[in-house]
Amino acid sequence: MMLARPQRLTLVAASKPESKAPGNASVDDDDKARRFRDAALPHLDDVYTLARYMLRNAADAEDAVQECYLRALRHFDTYRGPTMKPWLFAILRNVCRSEFLRRSGVALTIDGRAEEDDDAVPLWQEAPLSPEADMLRQWDAETIRRLVAELPDLFREAIVLREINDLSYSEIADVVGVPIGTVMSRLARARALLRRAWMAEEGART
Amino acid sequence: MTCAEAEIMLHSLLDGELDAGHAFEVETHLTTCPRCAAQLRAYRELQQAMPAAQLRFAAPMSLRRRIEAAQPSPAARVSSRRSVLKGFAMGSALSAAVAATLVVAVIRTDQDQRALGDALSAHLRSLQGEHLTDVQTSDQHTVKPWFNGRLDLAPPVVDLTAQGFRLIGGRLDYIDGRAVAAIVYRRRTHVINLFIAPAAASERSGAKIEKVQGFNIRRWNADGLEFWAVSDIDAEELQEFGAKFEAGLHEAGRT
Repeated sequence: MMLARPQRLTLVAASKPESKAPGNASVDDDDKARRFRDAALPHLDDVYTLARYMLRNAADAEDAVQECYLRALRHFDTYRGPTMKPWLFAILRNVCRSEFLRRSGVALTIDGRAEEDDDAVPLWQEAPLSPEADMLRQWDAETIRRLVAELPDLFREAIVLREINDLSYSEIADVVGVPIGTVMSRLARARALLRRAWMAEEGART
Repeated sequence: MTCAEAEIMLHSLLDGELDAGHAFEVETHLTTCPRCAAQLRAYRELQQAMPAAQLRFAAPMSLRRRIEAAQPSPAARVSSRRSVLKGFAMGSALSAAVAATLVVAVIRTDQDQRALGDALSAHLRSLQGEHLTDVQTSDQHTVKPWFNGRLDLAPPVVDLTAQGFRLIGGRLDYIDGRAVAAIVYRRRTHVINLFIAPAAASERSGAKIEKVQGFNIRRWNADGLEFWAVSDIDAEELQEFGAKFEAGLHEAGRT
């Protein structure tokens, strides 16, 4: 493979919450909490954005992000880099998967079960006859958000991480837990699907 | 390179993820294959039509507060310390009185230190993310009303552009578990965060400059408000900033 792998995220499985009497917070805990705040809170909008796209619902996204930050603080001791943002994304993804989707009974396609359907998506459709018809209309942000939200989970996740959260392929591979090759093919198919939906939108409006 | 390979790789090219050798291979294929070249154009167009900044969501303030609130509370530490000292004070009325002043002193310095640390943390956070300002403007009459309904105080905003401190905006932040106003100024390439919160004590206290982790923090009280100016500019310049801000405020109060 031509892409170098960075060191893996050190994400430990979530353990049971440590119960600590509120009055016994030590100086160390305060210091840890402050370091955590400084490192993790600047990414709050990023984490919330990913949650909104993954859960497609503001209230669920808020709950998931809050749970994500709780877990992140709990495991902050084990955090060794490389960077904070993908680490938080990986935790958020676990939260979304393990709790929210199960609780609300939404099907778990995010798990990779949809993999076999990947090939059902044609990568490229022949361009329409005139070059003008091939031009993409500029949609407003609201419409683009909806078009992205309508993509199947795995493809939506790939394109949001890449285009909106600005992760590199290797970071996406770490967050999602798949080889870089899989990231590449998912992105290719995500863009193919999005482009098709993008062009269909015009037809739907006229 | 086959079309099937190129169809995937052209996305890596688009995303700047290919090394020079592979980029060359894909580009060579594209020069000989109009179909793949059309795909690259189409996807580049798609990418450009997705302005990431507008597609992002801003976390609601209520969520930010809930997450802050879920952190181990610094207040809990103060109360535990207070109870220890109270135990001390049981001995006699005299020692109780002594202990009481001791308690006040301990809690004061404790809070002061924490507030200083929090102010520095908030300053560092503001420089790290893309969240320096919630409201971005050089107009003091836009910044001030923005805080209406967001805070339980009306922070004074003074335009110091003429004095070399450019007003660039404001945002909400947190110090010591409280929501505070952050007014953001720029001096050359340096950012100054001016945090404003209701003062615990109403007495006016003179400015003090402290150095924390290489940053300067100028702190003062006035008109029932507490101010922290945090920046990496040197102490003299920060002193100048604070003095000019106070003078500007004084002037505004007179007219």
